[in-house]
Amino acid sequence: MRERRIIAIASGKGGTGKTTIAVNLAAVMEGPVAYVDCDVEEPNGHIFLKPAITAANSVAIPVPIVDKEKCTGCARCVTACRYNALACVKGRVLVFTELCHGCGGCMLACPEHAISECDHEIGVVETGRANDICFVQGRLKIGVAMSPPLIRAAKAASPSEGTVILDAPPGTSCPVIAAVKDSDFVVLVTEPTPFGLHDLTLAVDTVRQIGIPFGVVVNRCDIGDDRVTDYCQREEIPILIEIPDDRRIAEAYSRGCMAVESLPDVRPFFLQLDLRIRDLLSAPNGVQSAT
Amino acid sequence: MKELVVVSGKGGTGKTSIVAAFAALTPSKVLADCDVDAADLHLVLQPEIRSRNEFRSGHEAVIRQDACIGCGACLVNCRFDAIRTVSNADLAWMFGAGIHACNDCDVCVRSCPLRSLDMINAMREASGEARKTAFVVDPISCEGCGVCVDICPVKAISFPERVSGEWFISDTRHGPMVHARLGIAADNSGKLVSLVRQQARQLAQDQNKEFILVDGPPGIGCPVIASLTGASLVLIVTEPTLSGQHDLQRVAELARHFRIPAVVGVNKWDLNPDMTDAIEAAAVTLDATPVGRIRYDRAVTAAQVAGKSVLEYSNNGVADDIRNVWAAVSALMQLDKPKANREAP
Repeated sequence: MRERRIIAIASGKGGTGKTTIAVNLAAVMEGPVAYVDCDVEEPNGHIFLKPAITAANSVAIPVPIVDKEKCTGCARCVTACRYNALACVKGRVLVFTELCHGCGGCMLACPEHAISECDHEIGVVETGRANDICFVQGRLKIGVAMSPPLIRAAKAASPSEGTVILDAPPGTSCPVIAAVKDSDFVVLVTEPTPFGLHDLTLAVDTVRQIGIPFGVVVNRCDIGDDRVTDYCQREEIPILIEIPDDRRIAEAYSRGCMAVESLPDVRPFFLQLDLRIRDLLSAPNGVQSAT
Repeated sequence: MKELVVVSGKGGTGKTSIVAAFAALTPSKVLADCDVDAADLHLVLQPEIRSRNEFRSGHEAVIRQDACIGCGACLVNCRFDAIRTVSNADLAWMFGAGIHACNDCDVCVRSCPLRSLDMINAMREASGEARKTAFVVDPISCEGCGVCVDICPVKAISFPERVSGEWFISDTRHGPMVHARLGIAADNSGKLVSLVRQQARQLAQDQNKEFILVDGPPGIGCPVIASLTGASLVLIVTEPTLSGQHDLQRVAELARHFRIPAVVGVNKWDLNPDMTDAIEAAAVTLDATPVGRIRYDRAVTAAQVAGKSVLEYSNNGVADDIRNVWAAVSALMQLDKPKANREAP
């Protein structure tokens, strides 16, 4: 059995090309490959991979229900809840489901055992296949604020062997951490603009804090200035590949087409990326110097 | 007071560039950057910081090793996998646990993963022996729920407040601005967004400004919900791609879910005119009115590299498009309809 290696594709700034990199990389890789869309707020990988979805599982977090018969209105659950998801009005406990994080603290605090839990749906995890690629995506229910539990569920649904490519959400806060944690390698996608550079530095700080080896892909490398490459050199961060701005790639993207399929000359960039990641993963010292 | 929030669903569609350009077009307003995860508006507006404030939010559990008796109640009850054992993962440690402060609180019985009274009795008998396993909290996974703090039989877990970022009130060449910086790997971005908006409102009130212009975050989750609840109008900036269309649909549904009037602007529309038509038609079915198209122009990136808004950099082409969108949006903002049933001052 092959062991599993997890490669997360992330970026501070949105719209730099995470999904493009993730789906095209998945398409050129050899051996068992899975693509997991962890951008559960706006999952887009399915547009390009066009998977046949074979299973959809609802994901829920446990939220409290209060047994009115047993509840004495002591409000210890209200004190225990750090998220203000419970309130006690005139001796009756009210639950605000959308604020609940599902920690179970209220249930433990209740001296009357009057609190049990029921499921509150936050989204679905869909699995299927796109040719040789195993496909997994999380889709957050609209109006739900809490994405990390759904991201964890999507990751848990990925196969236990082969290469797993995680398409992470943009930003640097909890959903990103939930996505990239426990990965073997992180690819940070950026573009050579002031916004791209600024958000890249935040993403680098985040990945360093979690302690995962990483490298940078500079997408549309000729649209801005040299500050991103200067920064990477200064910080000794490996630049994995640089992809020039190409209107044909943008057009393929806008139609939902895979660049490596419709544009044969784009394929070498992704083969190169695969090679660079494998090199860095097999040379531990080379990777360590990045952190 | 009126509040326009610019969001996109999909990231990188040009929200911040458009907000920076709008900033140059409106005289009396307060700016708020609610993309606290990856704030970029300050790169164009170069704010002069007037006040700098800590953002304290939530708490973080810290186990005091000298007081911990190693019972494992925190480990068993934590739902966020935030408790780590520092030596072997084998459950054998339980037999060696030193319960030197047993007060028959019963917590071990309630939390024993094996539900075994024999094991618990063994632990009690082992009282006084040295522990073989230390428990620590992984701050990145800790959700700040306090369950471990409450359940710890010897109160060995501290729960200090977390400093998760900073927020600022600044002056820019286009007026006052409230912005923030979320700490690295910190959470609670929604709370920070709410704080930024609240401070922006306060500032607008104090300075008699009638309008707040908000640069929102991407996505549809917690920080986006915090950005748009109670706003007068949402401008959704999208791009003519299948992804843009897909994400527009989700964020427009979100706006509808919270009953915020929404309008749509298609950025870089000429990259795919057919898709632009389709997106505008879809927007109408989602109760989001199209308010204009902005062409693809390299001047937008060039302006960003120069640290300027595109209106300060170029005076025609894309600048005209943005002026037209602004004219449509500001006309709508004057109407009573978007304002109706919003909180009165």
